Amino acid sequence: MNIVARSLLELQETTILATRALVGVVKRPRYIPETIAQMDAIGVGSLTIIVLTGFFTGGVLTVQTFPTLKSYGAQDQTGYLVAVSLIRELGPVLCALMVTGRVGSAISAELGSMVVSQQIDAMRALGTDPTRKLVAPRLLALLISLPLLTVIADMVGIGGGWVTATALYNIPSSMFVSSVRDGMTTDDLIGGIVKPLCFALIIGAVACRQGLATEGGTVGVGRSTTRAVVLASILVIIADYFLAKALQVILGTT
Amino acid sequence: MTTAAQYDREDNRVSDNAAGSTFHEVDDLHRAVPAIEFRDVHLAFDDRVVLNSLNFKVMKGETKIILGGSGGGKSTIIKLVLGLLKPDAGQVLVDGVDVTNFTEVEMMRVRKKIGMVFQEGALFDSLSVYDNVAYRLHEQNVAEDEVEREVRRMLRFVNLEDAIEKMPAELSGGMRRRVGIARALIGDPKIVLFDEPTAGLDPPTARTICELAMKLRDLEDVSSIFVTHEMNNLDYLCSEYAVVNEEGQVVFEKEGERLCLINSKVLMMREGNIIFSGTDETLKKAPDPYIKRFLRGH
Repeated sequence: MNIVARSLLELQETTILATRALVGVVKRPRYIPETIAQMDAIGVGSLTIIVLTGFFTGGVLTVQTFPTLKSYGAQDQTGYLVAVSLIRELGPVLCALMVTGRVGSAISAELGSMVVSQQIDAMRALGTDPTRKLVAPRLLALLISLPLLTVIADMVGIGGGWVTATALYNIPSSMFVSSVRDGMTTDDLIGGIVKPLCFALIIGAVACRQGLATEGGTVGVGRSTTRAVVLASILVIIADYFLAKALQVILGTT
Repeated sequence: MTTAAQYDREDNRVSDNAAGSTFHEVDDLHRAVPAIEFRDVHLAFDDRVVLNSLNFKVMKGETKIILGGSGGGKSTIIKLVLGLLKPDAGQVLVDGVDVTNFTEVEMMRVRKKIGMVFQEGALFDSLSVYDNVAYRLHEQNVAEDEVEREVRRMLRFVNLEDAIEKMPAELSGGMRRRVGIARALIGDPKIVLFDEPTAGLDPPTARTICELAMKLRDLEDVSSIFVTHEMNNLDYLCSEYAVVNEEGQVVFEKEGERLCLINSKVLMMREGNIIFSGTDETLKKAPDPYIKRFLRGH
C-alpha cells in the first residue's frame, strides 16, 4: 500500500473511531465516572504546565513587542497586542500542543499497552465496546477540558504580559488593562473557543486511534506514542491555519 | 437458554412421568446442538494462510484440546469464536447460531455467554482483583451486594479469596491466570475458551489451572476449547476427571476400568490445517511423523 492510500485509510479509520465515540457519548451505556476521571487527569493534571506556559508566553510577547511598538510611539497598545495574539492564536495553539505532548502521548501509550497486553481483547470478550468505554470518555473530557484550559492560559498569559509591562517597562497598569479591554472583540473570543474544540477532537481522535492500532509489543507502544504526538501536533497547526481563515470568512473580519 | 428445570417450573400441569420424559427429550435435543462449530473456515493475513478449511465441533460439556506448535493458528480459532476476527470464508456457529456475519453490537450479546481466559491473564492493570472479577457484572449494573457474593464465590473456586483487595501488579503469574479464570467464569458462562493458560507457569501451578478446567468440564457441564502446546496439560485433561467425594470435597480420579473419559477430544493443528482429530489414545498411536515428534518433544 502506498503512502497516499495508507494516509487515506488512516484518515478514514480515525474519522470512524471519532464518530463512533461521539455517538457513544450520547447513547447508553454512559461512562460518567470514567469521563470525570479523565477530566481530572487531562484538565486538572495539565493545569500547572498550562499556567506556566501561558504566563511566560504573555511575558515574552511583551518583551518582544514593546521595543517595536515604542519605536512607533504606540507602547500604549502593548496590552491589546498581547491579548489579541494570545486569544486568537498563541493561547489555543500552545495549549493544544502542550496537551498533545502531555495527554495525547499518555492516551496513546495507555491504550497501546492495553492492546499489547490483550486488555482490549479481554474488554471485548467481556462484552464491552472499547470505543465507548475508553475512547468516548477521553474524547469528551478533552472537548470539555481543552477550551477551559485555553481560557485559563489566555488569562494567565495576559497576566504575564501585564506583570512584564508594568515591572520591566513601567507601563501604567491602567493603560495596559484598558488597551486589552478596548481592543478585544466578541469575534476574538468566539475564535478562541471554537479552535480548542476542534483541536480537542483532533488530539483525542489521533491519540486514541494510534493507541488502539498499536502492533508489535512494547516497541510498538513507543512507535504509536511518537506517531500520535507528531501527527496530532502537525494536524493542530495545519487545522489552525484553515480555522483562522474560515473564522475570518464566517465572522466577516477579512 | 431454557433449561429442563425452567420448563418444569413453567408447566406444572403435566404429570410427573410425562414431564420427565418430555424434558429429557428437550434436554437431549439441546445437547445435540454443538456449543461451537466451525464449517469450512478459511482465514488468511495477506498471502499467509492462517486457517485452511477448518471443520470441527465442540459438543455440550466437551473439552476440545487444540494442540500444535507456535504460529499454527490455535489462538486464531479462539478469536474467531469471540468475533475478534472474522473469517474470509466459512461459518462459525455458537450454540447453533451462525455468528459469522454478526455486527460488533450483535457479537457483544454472544460474548456475554462465553468466558475467555487469556494467555497472560490480560487483567485490567488499573482495577483491583475484585473489580477485575466483577467487571462483567458492573457493566450489567448488577446490585453491589450480589456482585460481591458472586466475586467471592468465583475467587473461592480458584482459591484466591484472600487476594480480593490486591492489584494485578502484586500477583504472581499463576495468580494472575487464576484471577483471569475467575473473571471469565463470572455469570456462569456455558462456554469457556482457554488460550494457553499454563504457558510459562511452574508445573504445580499449571496443574492447578488444569484442575480448574476439569472441574468446569465435569462438575459445571461447561463446553470449552483449551489451546495449549504443553503435553502435560493433555495428560491431565484426558486422563483425569473431577468428582465430589462423600465429604463433599472435589477430588480428581484417573480414568480406568471404572470410567473412560469421552468428554475430552484432541485437535492437532499444523500450519492452519487440522492434522489430527480424536481421542488422546488414538493421538498417541497416530503414524504422522510430525505428531510423533511433537509428542516425543524432540
